Amino acid sequence: MAIGVKVMKRPTKQTSYLRATLKGMALTFSHLLRPKVTMQYPEEKSSKDWTLSSRWRGTHRMLTDEQGRAKCVACGLCPQICPANCIKLVPGEDEEGHRYPLIYEIDEFRCIFCGYCQEVCPEEAIHVGVHYENSEYSRDRFVYDLERLTAQTHPVSTLWDPSDPKGE
Amino acid sequence: MTFFLVSSAIKVFVVFNLIMVGVALLTLLERRVCAWMQDRLGPNRVGPQGILQPAADGLKNFLKEETSPAMADKALFTLAPIVSFVPALLTFGVIPFASPLPTKWGVVPMVVADLPVGFLYILAISSLGVYGIVLAGWSSNNKYALLGGLRASAQMISYEIALGMSTVAVLLLAGNVTLSQVIAQQQQGLWFVIPLTLAFIIFFISALAETNRLPFDLPEAEGELIAGYHTEYSSMKFSMFYIAEYSNMVTASALMATLFFGGWDIPLTSWDSTGEPTVVKTLATMAVFGLKTFSFLFTYIWVRWTLPRFRYDQLMALGWKVLLPLALVYITMIAAAIWYFRVQLGWTYGPGMAAALGGLNLILLIAVVWWLDRGRIVSGSMPQEAA
Repeated sequence: MAIGVKVMKRPTKQTSYLRATLKGMALTFSHLLRPKVTMQYPEEKSSKDWTLSSRWRGTHRMLTDEQGRAKCVACGLCPQICPANCIKLVPGEDEEGHRYPLIYEIDEFRCIFCGYCQEVCPEEAIHVGVHYENSEYSRDRFVYDLERLTAQTHPVSTLWDPSDPKGE
Repeated sequence: MTFFLVSSAIKVFVVFNLIMVGVALLTLLERRVCAWMQDRLGPNRVGPQGILQPAADGLKNFLKEETSPAMADKALFTLAPIVSFVPALLTFGVIPFASPLPTKWGVVPMVVADLPVGFLYILAISSLGVYGIVLAGWSSNNKYALLGGLRASAQMISYEIALGMSTVAVLLLAGNVTLSQVIAQQQQGLWFVIPLTLAFIIFFISALAETNRLPFDLPEAEGELIAGYHTEYSSMKFSMFYIAEYSNMVTASALMATLFFGGWDIPLTSWDSTGEPTVVKTLATMAVFGLKTFSFLFTYIWVRWTLPRFRYDQLMALGWKVLLPLALVYITMIAAAIWYFRVQLGWTYGPGMAAALGGLNLILLIAVVWWLDRGRIVSGSMPQEAA
């Protein structure tokens, strides 16, 4: 042993290779029979131990009114608050003076999924969704336009509620 | 003569295919057992319960690009996988795997070649396997591969001696090196594991080292040698090493079953070894032999996923300072005991003599375990000087 290294004198019980081996073998064998924790992902997306939180912030969804139009009134708050600057909004107005978005696009690659857009929206139109399966064949498919956003069907996030911090 | 040739050819074909299929399933078993021990499920996607995974792996290995290092010794580099693959399969040739099979043309012994020098043949051939590993390490022209090859040669030669020594006890007791005779002896008395427990333990540990399995897989040592001797190998050549390793495991397990656990003998009955040979007997004994071999294979896998790798000096210390002296002392004592029982008391091998030897073994075993338990050789956290 190198100079100056303090060597602890330990009892046989702690240093015996044989006993450690047998103990280890017993442990691994007991694990062999234990229930497995693996979730069979594509078939099984949630189990009793694990589900996606209702506060999950995934890709966006635009809610619609009874006529099937987007609830958005093009107030411009969401592009204003968006820290990643990923929302493109061009407002329009119809002959009755109702504002509506001419262009509403969210670049999901730029988005950091902070959920501010949902928080700031006065009409509860734009939401982040409880959703995580977003594969596409090309990058430009990740710029969601208004049609795409209204067509999404996944549940929307409840976000974090300051009056109910534990979500009860 | 024609009958012999035809039956031998059929046996070679059947045994070769059984081992290949067994090895394929063993790779799957290894991965699944490993997963289960880690509370995972393991590969279960290809076919029911992942049973076709080995086929997918095999296909992948065939289709992969084969790379060859520019500075490698081409001839030896190609030869090495073959050299490690062939002896692994050759050794199985002398192991009897079932009771004789009666056919319309005569009785076929269920062993590819019942050589009179059966056991010596196994020792000779299994030693050749190390050449494959050493050549692979050397011809790759890679320092990691070379270190792996060097380690493999030192390790396998060290443990080969302990392995051979432990089996000398079996041969003393059986009085024969033909494996079918060794089995016949065990059918008359008790399985050799009882009168020769210690030999079995030495054999088992040495066999782990011989097949480069954890905790003795220093030639591979992925942490330090990035897979050691087969670092430079890819596609089917790599697969050959893999198959060789698993074939070696199958052979070692079959050998343990044959030498110490009665081979194809069905325990607690003499139905299988007496009277006319029948097809039912052949099938039943083959199943029992398979079961015994399988249980050893499972133990191999179990040990692998439990124990960490030895340090190199610990490995050498265990081989030279523990197993070899132990085996030598053991042979002396067993030889004396057998001489006493056979010559002085005039016993022949049977349950009585086996029990007497078993008692002797029990005493020795307790002494050895007590000695090893002090942690003098393979110590954990305690350095050897301080012990």
